[in-house]
Amino acid sequence: MPALLPTPEIATCLLANGAVQVLLDRPATILLVAVLVLLLLAWALGNYLEKRPEADVNLALVKSFNRRIQAWLIMYLILGATFLAGSSRIPAVILFFIVSFWALREFITLTPTTFADHRALFWVFFVFTPLQYILVGFGHHDYEWMGFVINPGRIFITWIPIFAFLFIPARIAFAGDHKRYLERTAKIQAGLIICVYALSHAPALLDLKYVGAEAKQWEGGNAGVLFFFIIVVQMSEVFQFVWTQLLGQRVIARAINSNRTWEGFVGGVLTSMVLGTALFWVTPFNPIQAASMALILAITGFAGAMTMSAVKRDRGVEDYGTLVEGHVGVLDRFDSICFAAPVFYHVTKFFFAEAG
Amino acid sequence: MRITTAILALTAKLISGASVRWVDCQPDTCQRVYFANHTSHLDALLIWSSLPPDVRQLTRPVAAKDYWEKGFVRRYLAKQFNALLIDRREIKVHQSPVDLMIREIGTTHSLIVFPEGSRNTDPEMKEFKSGLYYLSKKRPDLELVPVYIENLSRVLPRGEFLPVPLLSCVIFGPPVWLETNEPKAHFLTRAREAVIGLKDI
Repeated sequence: MPALLPTPEIATCLLANGAVQVLLDRPATILLVAVLVLLLLAWALGNYLEKRPEADVNLALVKSFNRRIQAWLIMYLILGATFLAGSSRIPAVILFFIVSFWALREFITLTPTTFADHRALFWVFFVFTPLQYILVGFGHHDYEWMGFVINPGRIFITWIPIFAFLFIPARIAFAGDHKRYLERTAKIQAGLIICVYALSHAPALLDLKYVGAEAKQWEGGNAGVLFFFIIVVQMSEVFQFVWTQLLGQRVIARAINSNRTWEGFVGGVLTSMVLGTALFWVTPFNPIQAASMALILAITGFAGAMTMSAVKRDRGVEDYGTLVEGHVGVLDRFDSICFAAPVFYHVTKFFFAEAG
Repeated sequence: MRITTAILALTAKLISGASVRWVDCQPDTCQRVYFANHTSHLDALLIWSSLPPDVRQLTRPVAAKDYWEKGFVRRYLAKQFNALLIDRREIKVHQSPVDLMIREIGTTHSLIVFPEGSRNTDPEMKEFKSGLYYLSKKRPDLELVPVYIENLSRVLPRGEFLPVPLLSCVIFGPPVWLETNEPKAHFLTRAREAVIGLKDI
């Protein structure tokens, strides 16, 4: 495959230290275009089915399918446009920042907080969350400042789990309301870790210096790894759903989510591995490595969806978007991505990237 | 004036992430009194910006004079939104707030009122003040539209000046009217329950 597809750079990005980073190479562009074409076809088909409701189609299912396709189409269009037009990673980072911000908004809205948490929440929304993405956005090399060498990419790993994690309970303690203190604190921390910290690892994939075959620097575009990650996680959700419809018998936890079965889980994971293997050519992985990565992605993505279902059941709602009538929330769409992102990032960094 | 208010309305909507629902009620330019629970400074602004532009132009929030005439910014805002300022301290016989409201709205304008009187920090709604009753008695043709504002007290609670951008919701309910010979207390309880009832829709 690599012989057939040489990797001329379609979009590169000039880093502040003068180095040039390949964002989109030819394989990643081909994949992006293919995904967009498939989504457009699916969108056309879905609209056609919605327009002629007959007894043989489940209209509610078609509608939810259409909404999902629309959301994906918008996301890939924005991602593709930012990589091509901007030749910069910053728009992609901003896109994920907006998703994080909105997901956190949905999470905290459904979480009972009190008046005493107000100032802490202000810090969470307007200091910790933006700074996390600023660190990711400028995380690709060292900066010199007053004789120190600073690498934002290294701070972003500790910024929320250490500094924000400790700041929140302290700020709430200063506000002086002890009722359900531990519970309120834990909920805000959980929201921040899942919606912001975990998800910010996805755009951080664009920063790694990947090592390809024979321990040489990989020359492909970093956007390919991000696409691989998103496509495999999202498709694993679809495969899981389809296998549940076809074979689903044993529900994993009825009280949490009655639509998730062991058959769907196993079928979804195996199919995702096939898909991951088929997409190895956009990544620095060989086919077997790509299959293993897809395995990790499918399992962690599934775990994420289960976890967020449990949170929803705890709060007694169907979707995170409940406040907006008839809408599925942003967090409902990104729950599996939130969980898969940090695991994928660290496994990739450990095995396939230069240290630092 | 249009631009300032449009920007403010958009900002309020962005900060509060408000979704608007009309339950058994449609936006209309007929004369109405929107009455709502009061938990935040943003309440009036949010109800105002939830209305369609043509209705907005005809709708005036009712606010306390002692508060909104203090300082340049507040005076400016009150003017921009064409707020009807009521003196809470000096209530005279022929200059009562209700008379003033009726005179000011004429036959075209609608009002936004908060019958609880002031911003509430308890989860329970306070008892309604009687203004709504007298207003309705003198102008029985006004449609009284209950409005429930959800979650806005968490966006900008009383005593805070920095908002937290949670998602809130504005629910407009079916209008109520004063029945003939309905006692004051009965009507005010009914109106209060009309607002509370929107919570669970």
